[in-house]
Amino acid sequence: MSTVIVIYTLVLTALAASFFKSPQKTKKAFKVAKKALVKSLPSLLLVIGIVGLTLGILSPGMIERLLGQEAGFFATILAAVVGAITLIPSIVAFPMAGSLLRSGATVMTITAFITTLVMVGVVTFPLESKVFGRQFALLRNGLSFLGALVIAVIMGGILS
Amino acid sequence: MKAFRAPLLVLVLYGILFFTLPQLAMDSGIIAAQYFKEMALIMPPVFLLMGLSEVWIPKNAIQKWLGKDAGVKGTAFALVFGTLPTGPLYIAFPLAASLLRKGASIHNMVVFLGAWAALKIPQLLVETEFLGPEFTALRFVTTLGVLLLMGVVMEFFLKKDQNPAWMQEVEIPMKK
Repeated sequence: MSTVIVIYTLVLTALAASFFKSPQKTKKAFKVAKKALVKSLPSLLLVIGIVGLTLGILSPGMIERLLGQEAGFFATILAAVVGAITLIPSIVAFPMAGSLLRSGATVMTITAFITTLVMVGVVTFPLESKVFGRQFALLRNGLSFLGALVIAVIMGGILS
Repeated sequence: MKAFRAPLLVLVLYGILFFTLPQLAMDSGIIAAQYFKEMALIMPPVFLLMGLSEVWIPKNAIQKWLGKDAGVKGTAFALVFGTLPTGPLYIAFPLAASLLRKGASIHNMVVFLGAWAALKIPQLLVETEFLGPEFTALRFVTTLGVLLLMGVVMEFFLKKDQNPAWMQEVEIPMKK
């Protein structure tokens, strides 16, 4: 809850400063924000619905068995692969990650999923290799995947 | 609205469950409603922040600061500009490619792309809310470390490349 207060304070301050400098630009910012929000709304709603169903079906005990301590490193690697392939907007993935974490998933597995989700793009790979060349895209995505596992291990070690 | 087809399908699924497995439908519905409440609270300011930076941070400022700036200062700018809330990755690709053509280092562009993808400010705000400040801070630090290392490795492997792909201008389909 305190984070929410910080975010609102931050945005309201920025908004006031923006409005003071240029009401016109501020109006445009609202337009841009509205457009982006409307564009993300379907996927937001979809994820909310699916998360509800998933957590309704899977008990915390089952989540713990699938993504928790006893699932081991294999679950972490699987999570990393899923994160690399899927194209969920990251701001939607965080709430889901949070509740999986509270239901007994390990920090390591959740971190692996989030990190590959944002850093490795299987779907965007063709575009990336067209812009930078295959070698660059392969290296960047490959190293990001390995890096994600390293980050996951470090965070799992420190935070659990 | 074609985009809303999938969420509607899920809604229908909830409806079916309500008649077949009412307990499950209730449990799931309560969880989903709670989510919706949290999201509804946090998303408007996050999107507004994106809108504000879209309007106030000109793309050519990024161009100017990262163009030929080598060394530590360039890396710092790469990180800062990467974290600013300025749109999806498919905008960052052509931007980084054009910066490479203008003499930016591979190392700094790897940091720039990585920060753009993984360390964006709106994303960090949502992360703090749902996963906690400790998790967010630690992920920021470890990710930054990995990105800096990746930059070094990629610089090493790609430097000897005489005619890299980003030297050829490619037309990128930009969505407007």
